[in-house]
Amino acid sequence: MSLSWLKEFVDIDEDAKAIAEGLTMSGSKVETITSYGKEISNVVVGKIISLEKHPNADKLLVGIVDVGTEKLQIVTGAQNIKVGDYIPVALHGATLPGGVKIKRGKLRGIESNGMMCSAEELGLDESLLPEYQRNGIFILPPFPLGMDINEALQLKDDVLEFEITPNRPDCLSMVGIAREVAATFKKKFKMPVVEVNESEEQNPAKVTIEATDLCFRYVARVVKNVKIGPSPMWMQMRLLKAGIRPINNVVDVTNYVMLELGQPLHAFDLDKVENKHIIVRRAREGEKLVTLDGKERILDSSMLVIADEKEAIGLAGVMGGENTEITDTTVNILIESANFKGSNIRHTSKKLGLRSEASSRFEKGLDPEITVLACERAAQLMEKYCGGTVLKGLVDEYPKPIEKTVLTVNPHRINRFLGTDLPTSQMIEILESLEFKVVQKGDDLEVTVPHFRRDVTIEADIAEEIARLFGYNNIEDSLMKNAQTTLGALTKEQRLEEKAREVLLACGLNEIVTMSFMGHKDLDKINVPLDSPLRKAVKIINPLGEDQSLMRTTLLPFILNVAYTNYSRKVQDFKVFEISKIFMPKELPLKELPQEIKTIAIGMYGKDVDFYSLKGVIEALFEVMGIKGVEYVRAEDPSYHPGRSAKILLGDETLGIFGEIHPDVLENYDIPVRVYGGEINLDKVIQYANVENRYMPLPKYPAVERDIAVLVDGDIFVKAVEKVILETGGKLIDKVELFDVYKGPNIPEGKKSVAFSIWYRSYGRTLTDEEVNVIHNNIVEALDKKLGAKLR
Amino acid sequence: MEELLRKLYEDAQKEILSADSLQQIENLRVKYLGKKGELTQILRGMGSLKPEERPVIGQIANEVREKIEGLLTETKNKIAQLEKEKRIKSEYIDITMPGKPYEYGHKHPMTQVLDEIKKIFLGLGFSIAEGPEIEFTYYNFEALNTPEDHPARDLQDTFYVTSDILLRTQTSPVQVRTMEKNKPPIRVISPGRVYRSDEIDATHSPVFHQMEGLVVDEGITMGDLKGVLNIFAKKFFGEDTQTKFRPHYFPFTEPSAEMDVSCFACGGKGCRVCGYTGWIEILGAGMVHPNVLRMSGIDPEKYSGFAFGLGIDRITMLKYGIEDLRLLFENDLRFIQQF
Ligand SMILES: [Zn+2]
Repeated sequence: MSLSWLKEFVDIDEDAKAIAEGLTMSGSKVETITSYGKEISNVVVGKIISLEKHPNADKLLVGIVDVGTEKLQIVTGAQNIKVGDYIPVALHGATLPGGVKIKRGKLRGIESNGMMCSAEELGLDESLLPEYQRNGIFILPPFPLGMDINEALQLKDDVLEFEITPNRPDCLSMVGIAREVAATFKKKFKMPVVEVNESEEQNPAKVTIEATDLCFRYVARVVKNVKIGPSPMWMQMRLLKAGIRPINNVVDVTNYVMLELGQPLHAFDLDKVENKHIIVRRAREGEKLVTLDGKERILDSSMLVIADEKEAIGLAGVMGGENTEITDTTVNILIESANFKGSNIRHTSKKLGLRSEASSRFEKGLDPEITVLACERAAQLMEKYCGGTVLKGLVDEYPKPIEKTVLTVNPHRINRFLGTDLPTSQMIEILESLEFKVVQKGDDLEVTVPHFRRDVTIEADIAEEIARLFGYNNIEDSLMKNAQTTLGALTKEQRLEEKAREVLLACGLNEIVTMSFMGHKDLDKINVPLDSPLRKAVKIINPLGEDQSLMRTTLLPFILNVAYTNYSRKVQDFKVFEISKIFMPKELPLKELPQEIKTIAIGMYGKDVDFYSLKGVIEALFEVMGIKGVEYVRAEDPSYHPGRSAKILLGDETLGIFGEIHPDVLENYDIPVRVYGGEINLDKVIQYANVENRYMPLPKYPAVERDIAVLVDGDIFVKAVEKVILETGGKLIDKVELFDVYKGPNIPEGKKSVAFSIWYRSYGRTLTDEEVNVIHNNIVEALDKKLGAKLR
Repeated sequence: MEELLRKLYEDAQKEILSADSLQQIENLRVKYLGKKGELTQILRGMGSLKPEERPVIGQIANEVREKIEGLLTETKNKIAQLEKEKRIKSEYIDITMPGKPYEYGHKHPMTQVLDEIKKIFLGLGFSIAEGPEIEFTYYNFEALNTPEDHPARDLQDTFYVTSDILLRTQTSPVQVRTMEKNKPPIRVISPGRVYRSDEIDATHSPVFHQMEGLVVDEGITMGDLKGVLNIFAKKFFGEDTQTKFRPHYFPFTEPSAEMDVSCFACGGKGCRVCGYTGWIEILGAGMVHPNVLRMSGIDPEKYSGFAFGLGIDRITMLKYGIEDLRLLFENDLRFIQQF
């Protein structure tokens, strides 16, 4: 938004920074401020009176330029100029943006007393200019010679760029922002004066709205005998500063009015409209339209078109059709100022992948009341700057005029809601400054909402208007003094989850965080069979890519990815865990929400890492969580080494799986070292956790320690031996500890030696050697009988 | 004989005083006082003395024994002390050498930030609510006053699973679920993962973390919203932190605001972190929209409330000066072990 333009609507002296600050705090956030013309001095309008080739350089030209007070010889490298062109001339001692200073000097032996300037050298965006003004000197319309370029182009300006929220489409216009400025700075807002001189000739055009559910209003005017040409320089400059490309006087006027009033307009070449009859209707299935960008669009019946009696001539609210485009030979114009259903425009624009300045405004839902004013404004400007005649009669199809919103609000309630103590008079003043009409009715206010504020529908909206202009930061802070006290505490489950995390950290594992998406490729890499339930994952309709199209059903691939990342970066010791969710659908496609299971995943590699160090972590977890009686059985899972992996059982429940990763899987990940990993169902761990500890009295009587070493078959689990010891020893066994497992010399092939320490203890008396001997011998016999274990 | 004893003592004294090891002392004890030692040898000659001389010599012999014993003990202690000092001297180590490493794990920086935030709100009487990441469209949009054709739905590129199930784009659905389940007073925060279809880059990620807050009770005001969030800002970013509330728009709050905090990197003077403005945008907030209360079964005539939401990833990046969001998801241990 150009500040110099703003001043047409509101008298304001504050500088750009102060205005930006004020507007930001009252709700229109200013993102950037761009200054134009600030550093430009001593640049004037000149006219080329002669132009010759440089005698010593093929690519240079020597021109004589009339700058009013004198004629200067200037050397230039540009090729787009000719005698008679008006151009900007930087005189000796001139300054340009970026701290550039111009001095007279010699170029290849020829004196040059200044510089002809390009648009870019004046700080403008050249890409928006027409061909003839680009790639060289900025060719100007005829201005008085010697006129300061800042004055000629009204260059000096500050342009503010706003972040306009979707509820305030009215602020996508000069008048919208000007209203906010006026209310924020307590100044008066002035609407532009619009007067149209109609000729005697009657308007010949006709408008029919067929799709009244998608087009709420259609206003049109005919302007005859226009002369297509460039628009005035000041208008072009304002368009340029708003980032809009000047095209010709007619199109520029429609864009200018759009910027000014916020209503997108379209101009049709009336002579190309069949029977001068505009029909607003749904497109036919497969109907074709070549839009102004030269592309053929294939439409469907969800889209709204502007048509004549023969065919579509425009895609409503998005882009006009090439068949009725304004060209250099156009003489008669139909101005369209219409109001369309925002969501339909958004739908069409999305479906076709075609967004325009107009569509991005329409899709927010505009005010139908502004259409007439915008149409008249465009007619007024076309009469003035396009040499046209405005025909008599405005077409206005408006089947169902919108009703005024009138709200009854209560100042006391608003104060109580905001935590303020504003007098009613101040509320009224604020609302009136925003063009709300307010009538006091007893304790209440009857507020009529202005037509351009369709976002205001309830009392809370009125409260916001009052709050933002009073200033959010002027509302006094409070600490819920009217509210009831509440208990701030974690639930039992949350405490247990934190506990689990603490154990893993204490075991030396680092916490990682990975993304939730996977692809079948990830499952392939960890050898998941095609019929595995892990493959029945929740699928995203519109994923970022096939590899990220499923919600993960396992964390293992992510652990291995991270292991690979770290291994490839030469991280020597790798111990990590993640606590995150996996998503298990009950059926596909989803009818109800999937189960989201909090899962612990672990990964480790490094010099001191083996199966048992991973198992140690898992045992520590169960110990802290108070889970007793966990059993480990061989896991039959293709992701893991078959002989070095275990499934964790608690009764019938599987709590998880862990072990060495299968060598095939590691090959898939290109990791040449052994990696250990696992996944544990944290929800179940929490469910079975028992942390209600009670104190056990310390033993009063001494324990008797006996060691036992037996030879067993190599494939007998140590756990089986321990089980026999415990069962046979019964209550008198205080503790059993494995202290050695040995295979090798002195041990027969296929056998192993297993050695335990057994502590015998009674809590009621001192055991005698004889008693212990009896039990110990029983154990030796039982081991032999049940496992074929021989005493060593 | 008396002469012999005196001589013995003198010899012993000489030898003991010149001893310099505990072993020598022990040897001397044996030599002089042992069963076959010199004193015993001399006393063997007692038999040849006259009976009246015996007690006299006996006493002298005892005196000599005691003196030698005393001397031995004294010297022994002295030597032991010296040896201890010598040992201590020889035991000096390089105290600048590194300690033996005890392995402990590092919490992900985002968890650390979240823990800190949780503690502040727990102290203010908030509890923690959780909700599903795969959510009904209704809870993510409609119940939050964002119907199908609402322009705000465009701002969020949503991942869909079916026409009425999606990956939640915000933690706000938990607000609705909490209000449906509980009667006021409600005071909850709800951290969790959210999803938007952005390609990953230095500042965007399709998966990121938010935390939602919600208070509903009788007589909750916009002043309360400011008071609570100001306390949060001061506790989290430091007591000197200033805050600024700007009007904004969210479909599910009215009035809506964004909160900026004074830049904790430069203290508000302006620097790279704050884009030379002195302020950093931290969170969005507002008074819960009456439609949202009503749809969740809470009477907006009786109750009011406020809600707020903030990005955990963003705050983590700001707090630790992390410039690329991808570092948070890459899990290079050399990164994580810095926290
Ligand atoms: Zn800063």
